[in-house]
Amino acid sequence: MYKIVNKRQLNATVTMLEIEAPLVARKAQPGQFIIFRIDEFGERVPLTIAAHDKEKGTVTIIFNNVGKSTKMLGQMEVGDALADFVGPLGVPTEMEGLKKVLIVGGGTGNALAYPIANGMHKAGIEVDMIAGYRTKEIVILEDELKNSCTNLYLMTDDGTYGEKGFTTVKLKELLDTGKDYDAVVAVGPPMMMKFVCEATKPYNIKTIASLTAIMIDGTGMCGGCRITVGGERKFVCVDGPEFDGHLVDWDELIKRGTFYRDQEQEANKHVCRITGGVRQHG
Amino acid sequence: MVNLTTKKNPIPEQKPLVRNKNFKEVAFGYSEKTAINEAMRCLQCRTRPCTKGCPVNVRIPDFIAKVAEGDFEAAYQIISETSSLPAVCGRVCPQENQCEGNCVRGIKGESVGIGRLERFVADWHARHSKPEDAPKPAPSNGRKVAIIGSGPAGLACAGDLVKQGFDVTIFEALHKAGGVLVYGIPEFRLPKDIVQREVDKLLAMGVKLVTNAVIGRSISIDELMDEEGFEAVFIASGAGLPQFLNIPGENYLGVYSANEYLTRINLMKAYRDDYDTPFRVAKRVAVVGGGNVAMDAARCAKRMGAEEVYIIYRRSMDELPARKEEVHHAQEEEVIFRLQNNPVQIIGDENGYVQGIECVQMEMGEPDATGRRRPVAKPDSNFVIDCDAVIIAIGTSPNSLIRTTTKGLQANKKGCIDADEKLQTSREGVFAGGDAVTGAATVIKAMGAGKKAAQSIAEYLYAKDNKSNGGTDK
Repeated sequence: MYKIVNKRQLNATVTMLEIEAPLVARKAQPGQFIIFRIDEFGERVPLTIAAHDKEKGTVTIIFNNVGKSTKMLGQMEVGDALADFVGPLGVPTEMEGLKKVLIVGGGTGNALAYPIANGMHKAGIEVDMIAGYRTKEIVILEDELKNSCTNLYLMTDDGTYGEKGFTTVKLKELLDTGKDYDAVVAVGPPMMMKFVCEATKPYNIKTIASLTAIMIDGTGMCGGCRITVGGERKFVCVDGPEFDGHLVDWDELIKRGTFYRDQEQEANKHVCRITGGVRQHG
Repeated sequence: MVNLTTKKNPIPEQKPLVRNKNFKEVAFGYSEKTAINEAMRCLQCRTRPCTKGCPVNVRIPDFIAKVAEGDFEAAYQIISETSSLPAVCGRVCPQENQCEGNCVRGIKGESVGIGRLERFVADWHARHSKPEDAPKPAPSNGRKVAIIGSGPAGLACAGDLVKQGFDVTIFEALHKAGGVLVYGIPEFRLPKDIVQREVDKLLAMGVKLVTNAVIGRSISIDELMDEEGFEAVFIASGAGLPQFLNIPGENYLGVYSANEYLTRINLMKAYRDDYDTPFRVAKRVAVVGGGNVAMDAARCAKRMGAEEVYIIYRRSMDELPARKEEVHHAQEEEVIFRLQNNPVQIIGDENGYVQGIECVQMEMGEPDATGRRRPVAKPDSNFVIDCDAVIIAIGTSPNSLIRTTTKGLQANKKGCIDADEKLQTSREGVFAGGDAVTGAATVIKAMGAGKKAAQSIAEYLYAKDNKSNGGTDK
């Protein structure tokens, strides 16, 4: 079992949990992910590793309480334990040769962008970051992000906090002012990443997208996470999760991500708000 | 007294149109009386050809003799000497190509039902064994061996090593032990509590199991050997990487690898309401492939509520690689065989959902240089089978994770790890066997490899001792 040792609510729906998982903590690197399962009856759900502590043997995950499993997870408390927690999975973020990088995060994606920003920052790479949110209420990790980059451009769609506008607006502005980034990293909803990639294309800047996909095992076995990159079939779990965003078939990826949406909505109705993560059987 | 009936005792089964709506086991198994009757069909011939067909060398005539005497526990003990998974083998081995294929009774009539008897003996033992009969751990020799993968090869290897006192740890990437026995083979062919029983037996004997450990990611083979004190490693990671057809439309919604489809159902129990596993029920399912995995997927699709299920295979019935018994079961369960057809593309709607699969009819071409006739497409014979799900079951190959994260481990072009006849790899102390070496094969061949690896590992470690003693007398 994998015990929850720390819990922090980052906004109304985004939760941060620190979990005892020494085998994962030992090897975790920025860009990698884990798969958790709450209990015997749970799904296997992939989540990006937000932070890890080798000494304590803990791994931190940040997630939006949107699906049945994440809602149940969000209702678990310090001292509760998950049945399964496996990782680190996926290829770590490629940092070699990078000197100056712009990271673009959207919504909860900022939680996933954080370990990449932090990892690059620690590796001596100059990091600028655009963190976009829908509105002020859902802004997360502002201090952490600030401490992981040189310039943080905080944006809200409605202008209630930071600058008003989408991340792509700021992105074009920075690129137009002649900031010469070696690479742009996009982390967020697929639609946002698609637009980031479209925006950087004319500038011919290498753009890395950190993808999420439907998967079961996370080791290349199910093939559920397959996508098309540069005309070739790739598995997000073992070939990724980071890919050259200019080569990703975004429309296909976005469609594939919706396959279980109806089931998800149905399952969502059945999360018990009283027992939370603890399932009651019999 | 020999029973000279030329036919095997039939095994009682659920009725086809009942069982194709549930996940309970298809066959019920022999009664004691039927088992004794069947055992008496064995001639106890001196040449024992059946044993030569068994990859794990079960003393078949000896255990059958005990069944004939009604001493079922003694029969179990004989099987257990060489096989660590009798209840599994009795169910999923292709006996017709192995022990039963060699049986003298098969020349004029049907062979002895060796598989059915093995299954009976294992189930009888499970029903009658008491907790105090549970195997006890052997005295430990303190020497650590790591086994990667808890499928049939890994479990067989672990069983043989722990009996000799080795300190065995199995590392499993998934959350449950059993490998293909739990994620691949469906409940109605191999109930999962039987697999669990075999795993529990190994744990009782002292085998350690670490689930959620992805070797190559969570920890590498080099770290296991250099930092964790494992003196030998057995790679039994199977062939888990699904192959696709490489035709247009394979990424439409509703196209699955057989691995994904079966894992959702078997490991993640999508057929049970109390599990959260998401699953979309399809009305018309096309399964591409003709092996046992294709049959499993098709029969699962029926049970998950599909109205029509098709097997699409490019050769004819005679060449279907699946076991005859599985094909027969699938036919009984109203799976529709569309043979000598080859898919050319999958068709989807504007939202990317599968609508159909376009195939071309095949016929046998002229013999090639090797004399084998290959199927070739008939010109202008394309047609579409309407369906809302397609399952690709055309084979698997070994996962690259271990070979790419282990220094000096050599593999062939197909990604299969190189191992010699003793299953020694290019790395000292590292052995490999089962599907990871051969590519996708059978449970029993993997078990045979597991046993061989156990023997080689024991020999290797004893030889290492002699070497480090420097030949001096001690």
